[in-house]
Amino acid sequence: MRYVKDVALVIRSKNAGPYELTFDLMFPDLNVYNEVRHSITKEKIAALYQIDESKVLSIIHFEPAYAVKITIVRPRPSGDLGETDVYGAQQHTPLFELTY
Amino acid sequence: MTELRILSPTAILGYGFPLASFHAGLDRDPHVIAVDAGSTDPGPYYLGSGKSFTQRSAVKRDLRYMIEAALTRKIPLIIGTAGGSGAKPHVDWNLAIVEEILKELKLTAQVGVIYSDIDRDFLIDELRNGRVKPLGPVDELTEEDILASTNLVAQMGLEPIMQALEDGAEIILAGRAYDPTVFAALPVMKGFDMALALHMGKILECAAIAATPGSGSDCLMGTLSRDSFVLEALNPERECTRISVAAHTLYEKSDPYTLPGPGGVLDLRETTFEQLPGGKVRVAGTKFIPTEGYFLKLEGASLIGYRTISISGVRDPIMINQIDEIIARVKDRVADNFQELRDYQLHVHCYGKNGVMGQLEPHPEPAHELGLVIEAVAPTQEIADTICSFARSTMLHYGYQGRKATAGNLAFPYSPSDVSAGAVYKFSVYHLLKVDDPKSLFPVKMGRSGL
Repeated sequence: MRYVKDVALVIRSKNAGPYELTFDLMFPDLNVYNEVRHSITKEKIAALYQIDESKVLSIIHFEPAYAVKITIVRPRPSGDLGETDVYGAQQHTPLFELTY
Repeated sequence: MTELRILSPTAILGYGFPLASFHAGLDRDPHVIAVDAGSTDPGPYYLGSGKSFTQRSAVKRDLRYMIEAALTRKIPLIIGTAGGSGAKPHVDWNLAIVEEILKELKLTAQVGVIYSDIDRDFLIDELRNGRVKPLGPVDELTEEDILASTNLVAQMGLEPIMQALEDGAEIILAGRAYDPTVFAALPVMKGFDMALALHMGKILECAAIAATPGSGSDCLMGTLSRDSFVLEALNPERECTRISVAAHTLYEKSDPYTLPGPGGVLDLRETTFEQLPGGKVRVAGTKFIPTEGYFLKLEGASLIGYRTISISGVRDPIMINQIDEIIARVKDRVADNFQELRDYQLHVHCYGKNGVMGQLEPHPEPAHELGLVIEAVAPTQEIADTICSFARSTMLHYGYQGRKATAGNLAFPYSPSDVSAGAVYKFSVYHLLKVDDPKSLFPVKMGRSGL
């Protein structure tokens, strides 16, 4: 068992519009990308963020950037009452616990 | 015309750019200078309040160089989502800056202004006609949402901007516009491939963010030919790499293969990214797939109240161990004391525990010290002030279990400890509207400005 964070170049989060939160994991080359990408599942993401699997909208593999993109429903629309991160830029760290 | 060159000076008008990069861009003899001025990222306040999230002096600084260069070279300058959110107050704010610069430069220009505000009664009719649908994980639109919106805009496509160019505008100030349009309008008018023009615009709108090292305050050059486009950073400290450009396609979007916009979807499934010498990247193969019907994205924000905040810290471990319980008891105490005030919201952000991630936090164990932000939102500023003040004083003196520090529970960095933070807005409309004519909602207003 190895940590995805140890081989990823980029692990980041950001709003994709005011209603969705999107995560990008980028890898250094095609080999690492291919080795890791299938281990990232909706089930694991839902568990890390303690959300229902239906809130994980998509996991997309984007080979041109050796990247895996995960999009979830925002806990609330950006800026609504109770907001903690308007830009959604600091919601990525649970992904440091992803393994493959 | 076999190639068309576009200079994108900065990611957001007002974010700035090094003059050396800008001049390097002008040396490449661009056919148009275009800049995106907006985003929904800073949250609903700016659209709702009609204010810009960029500062006037910073916007004026950037625009002055762009206006001078464009008018001297007789090439168009196109600004999209003027004033940050593109509603009428934002556009008018930006127009006043343009007029001020023209006067200072002793120049005149044909200015095309394109408002993007949507009439509420018109939208209610369209909602009743079944021509409005949610965009993503959003509830169905209601008439109340429409009426409550202080500003309501639609993202225009290419057509209104092309119209302004055809009408002879030298400077175009567009309200809310789909980001790539300000870059793609001239090439599409000149017969270049729309898919490539839009995809190039999609990358140019963030300027040097697509280069490495990335920057939101530096220039990027795009050169469009018949079958591909090439991107080039204009600062020798940056370069475009195959990966930096491909990776940018992921940024702030949910699906990098299909990028929806007015009238259709950019399809990147067959797009190729090719590294060229000299830190340039060639992109080809992108397709445009028209949607059945032409849809515009609507954005609206509405006032939900007024906010007061109080910032403090806690260092006492006996208190920190019970912080959730203490916050709950303080909220109960406030509710009990102001039983006639039901309409307020009281929230305590707990930094050092789950202040950044809230309910998504997997490790809510508290640190040795906590930062608290007590936040009250209420129908009037006075009620928000009252609730925040009472919650702050209650928490300061709250007698929790096992308390030894009986003089006070909170460390305040400021006096006064409470800050009236003003109006609070929320996104009220984020939907798609089906239209028959892509231009009818975005009339172009032409006028001579300057001197």
